[in-house]
Amino acid sequence: MVPLWMYLTVAAALFSIGMYGVLARRNAVAVLMGIELMLNAVNLNLIAFWRYLTPFNMSGQAFAAFVLVVAAAEVAVGLAIIIAVYRNRQSVEVEDVDMLKG
Amino acid sequence: MVNFNDVNYLPWLIPLGPMLAFAIIALLTNRSRLVPATSHEYGGHHPDYDGMLVPVVAPWSRVLSIVVGMAGMTAAWLMSLVVFFQGISTSKLGLDDKVFESSRNWLATGVETFRIGILVDPLTVVMLFMVPLVVMCIFIYSIGYMAHDPRQARFFALISLFAGAMLTLVVADNLLLLFVGWEVMGVCSYLLIGFWYEKKSAYRAAIKAFTTTRVADVIMLLGIVYLYTMTGTLSFRDILYNPEVLAMLAGTPALIVGSWGISAAGLIGMFLIIGTIGKSAQFPLHVWLPDAMEGPTPVSAMIHAAAMVSAGIYAIIRMYPLFEAGGHPHSGEFTLPLLLMAVVGAFTALFAATIALTQNDVKKVLAYSTISQLGFMMAALGIGAYIAAFFHLITHAFFKALLFMASGSVIHAMEHGEHHLHEHHDEHGDHDHAHADHHAHDAHDSHDAHDAHDAHDHEHGDHDHAHADHHAHDAHDSHDAHDAHDHHEIVGEPIDADDVDEPVTPHFDPQDMRNMGGLIRTIPVTAWTFIIGGVSLAGFPLITAGFWSKDEILADAWYVWSGTSSVVHIFVFVMLAMAAFLTAFYTARQLSMTFLGDHRTEAATHSGLGGPRSIISITMQLPLVILAFFAIVAGFVGVPPDFPIFGSIFAPNGNPFFDFVKYSLLTEMQPPKPPFNAIPVLVSFAVALGGLYLGWRMYGRTPLKAGEADPMTKILSPSAYKLLQNKYYIDELYVAVFVKPLKWFSKNVVVVFIDKGIIDGTIHLIARVFTWIGDLFKVLNLWLIDGVSDSIPQGIINFGAWFRRTQTGQIQQYMLWVLFAVLIIGLIFVVSAGFLQAAG
Amino acid sequence: MNFGEGLTPEAFAFGLFTILTLGGALGVVTSLNLVRAAIWLMLSLFGIAGYFVLLSAPFLASVQVLVYIGAIGILFSFAVMLTRGMTNLKERFNDQWWLAGLAALTAFVLLMVGVIVPAFGNSGAPVSDQVTTTVDLGVALVSGNQYVLPFEVASLLLTAAMIGAIVIAREDD
Repeated sequence: MVPLWMYLTVAAALFSIGMYGVLARRNAVAVLMGIELMLNAVNLNLIAFWRYLTPFNMSGQAFAAFVLVVAAAEVAVGLAIIIAVYRNRQSVEVEDVDMLKG
Repeated sequence: MVNFNDVNYLPWLIPLGPMLAFAIIALLTNRSRLVPATSHEYGGHHPDYDGMLVPVVAPWSRVLSIVVGMAGMTAAWLMSLVVFFQGISTSKLGLDDKVFESSRNWLATGVETFRIGILVDPLTVVMLFMVPLVVMCIFIYSIGYMAHDPRQARFFALISLFAGAMLTLVVADNLLLLFVGWEVMGVCSYLLIGFWYEKKSAYRAAIKAFTTTRVADVIMLLGIVYLYTMTGTLSFRDILYNPEVLAMLAGTPALIVGSWGISAAGLIGMFLIIGTIGKSAQFPLHVWLPDAMEGPTPVSAMIHAAAMVSAGIYAIIRMYPLFEAGGHPHSGEFTLPLLLMAVVGAFTALFAATIALTQNDVKKVLAYSTISQLGFMMAALGIGAYIAAFFHLITHAFFKALLFMASGSVIHAMEHGEHHLHEHHDEHGDHDHAHADHHAHDAHDSHDAHDAHDAHDHEHGDHDHAHADHHAHDAHDSHDAHDAHDHHEIVGEPIDADDVDEPVTPHFDPQDMRNMGGLIRTIPVTAWTFIIGGVSLAGFPLITAGFWSKDEILADAWYVWSGTSSVVHIFVFVMLAMAAFLTAFYTARQLSMTFLGDHRTEAATHSGLGGPRSIISITMQLPLVILAFFAIVAGFVGVPPDFPIFGSIFAPNGNPFFDFVKYSLLTEMQPPKPPFNAIPVLVSFAVALGGLYLGWRMYGRTPLKAGEADPMTKILSPSAYKLLQNKYYIDELYVAVFVKPLKWFSKNVVVVFIDKGIIDGTIHLIARVFTWIGDLFKVLNLWLIDGVSDSIPQGIINFGAWFRRTQTGQIQQYMLWVLFAVLIIGLIFVVSAGFLQAAG
Repeated sequence: MNFGEGLTPEAFAFGLFTILTLGGALGVVTSLNLVRAAIWLMLSLFGIAGYFVLLSAPFLASVQVLVYIGAIGILFSFAVMLTRGMTNLKERFNDQWWLAGLAALTAFVLLMVGVIVPAFGNSGAPVSDQVTTTVDLGVALVSGNQYVLPFEVASLLLTAAMIGAIVIAREDD
């Protein structure tokens, strides 16, 4: 079997890449894609730990399932918001949503 | 509880009456309204100052004030009579502790307490007979005299205060209370001499009187203070009736001057005498008294007869034991104070008499006569004739008051005549513009009623100042000029003997004797009382009071001289005899010029108090009669028992006055009774009769015609006459030596340098400093405080502005910041949990 | 560090899936064209699904494919297409990209060095070869004393999200 830490490393890398996408991309949809990557990294982590450390406790898989559900809900709402914003401002760039600017 | 029926306490009430009257009149009953001084309503004198407002008393207030004043004085008089009768019925009053006295603590000074109290010994008893009587007469006289004066209520208030102060002084039992009365009288004399204050000459005279006596009072106070420090008490009984104290004072050398052989008693005595020299107008402080004629005549009578000058002599009579301490004048041993009194008194007596020879104003003659007679008293005291001096004081008060009041009536009559002559007030106007005022007043007043006493009373009031007034317009009249120099600036224009020859000019002076003449026919009552007073002053032998008192002084002087050949005694004798001669002479001159012969002017022709009897005429004549009675009779209480005929009638058991008063001294100090010696009596006869005769011969037998020159000018050389008439130029001397330099000093040094330079300068400096400090604070405020307190908010604003740039509204930036924070926390966690070591 | 037993088929599959996953992720992040980014995303999610298979979680792998790729991926595509006007960006990254990169790198390094290696550097094989099955998962999800509550809540959440998304994205009438 592959050592656990390799899975964790991949998850960490995926997470970092996702974070980079969230922080650095201009397009809001791209930002959401980055978020998806991060959530998937979390899922990978969960399943890896479940498999390697507590294979008899369903908590791991259940948790991952729920994460998935939440991710889905979140993407739906997020994209809805982006579309609403796009309709109002004709722009999908994150930079243009700066009404909190003080 | 104080029982006022007890004669020990009754004297407390005596001064109270007039003092209360003063307070009531001044505070309550004097109701006047102010009018411009030039208005017709104001019956007073023409103002010397523009725009003056003067009060005019309401008629009801006038009456009420008179009533209150008379009530106060009457109460005092009645109580004095009670004390008097109690006193004379007490045998040997004054011996040891047999006096009426009471005192109480007054001013606590921490260590000791000044006391206030009354003392009735023989001196007091006699004074309590004379003073209230004479003052009452003056009060009655004032009712009529001031009846048309617009400030009569104020007048009564002031004379009440004056009377109260005099009575306080008389009943005082210690020097402090005496001094209080003394000073209050000084103030009253100022207020009363300057009663007609709208006239510059009047107030100037008032200031002169006050300042001259003040100089003397300060020195007197020094004496009192020194006495107090030496003895620890000021009570008369404790010091003067106490041989140990007197010996101590006589034995102790004085401060500072003790090395010259002056004892404490001597120094104190000299200071006290200087006080009297001022108050009783002796040389060299006599200058105020003639000028005090500016006041209304009742004031002159009071000041110069009954009260103020008497107070001075009374004070030194009181303090006599102190002066005698250490010496024995009747043996020819003089102490310094006694010597001073003898010399000054005798000199003044003669000095003033010489001046009186040449005066033409009827009141001025009397003024100098007063100075001269006071000199008599002081000289008498100086040679130890204690009781004689006191006796002369009493008799002098009577006839001098009489003379003054009578002269007031004379002047009044002259003015009446003047007014009668010129009914129209324009004529009055050009007739004499100085008198224009009073004529104007007549015109306005009772133009119609010039018959009435009102008119001439009013004039009477005016004349006093009018007389002073008209020298405001000098030039012309010689006598104007002479008065001018009295009342004007103290530097007047001295008279040239030449001026005397000029005819009487339009400015009519009702007081000038050269305008009078023959008045005995027009105002007989006044004339006879005046004559009685005059001969009493001259010392007409045997039947006048003046003779007895003067004779006693001469007798005492002669007696001691013949016993001890004391130079001082003979000096005094000779000087006083000469002065008595001159007194008789100028009195005769005055009487002749005024009453005998023909009327020299129209005014004299028409003079008279005329008209029906009225309250005014009665009140002005009654006191004269009363005083004339006493001017004759008062002498008979002091007849020496061994005097031929008269002695056995009046003094069978000894000289009553002498025997009564002598107990106010310690037995060893009582003067000896000089036995009858013919020489002084004959001298008295000679000088009195001789003087009167000579005067009558020069002036009365061939009376002066109108315009004729005074025969004096022929007797004396022109320069001597001029000297005398200008009173030896003493006023001018004082002005040059004291007044002018002082004025210069005030104007140039005090005002400019001290007041403006130092005082104002200091204040300005302080103001500038504080203003500068204020500016400094302002700058400090601006820079420091504002700077700091403004830069703080500005700093915060700047910081805020800078800081808000973090709020970009960019979500990704926010997230990045969060991430960084997390990383840092994570790093800290990792490091602290030791994972790095494990990894490494 | 335990590197396992060498190149077994499992390891090979692992490596393949790694390439898929990470490559796809990189593609997502760096793609200029958003449609392509969506495709890359789907690729990355495939890789994750493969991992799940390797990790004996077949149900989850299928759910991953069905939901993530099938629904969410498509949803992304729709969104991209609906916001077409801006799909061709001149620039992909914003102004703070280097800082973000640095932060991401730091995070990765920190995770590796700080956590994974110290804590699990010596981890090896799974604890047991026997695993629970899908049946167990199903039972767990609806069992009264296990995860039925979260399950119901999750469904509620989805309902709410759905309604919410519709409301937000609805055109204003």
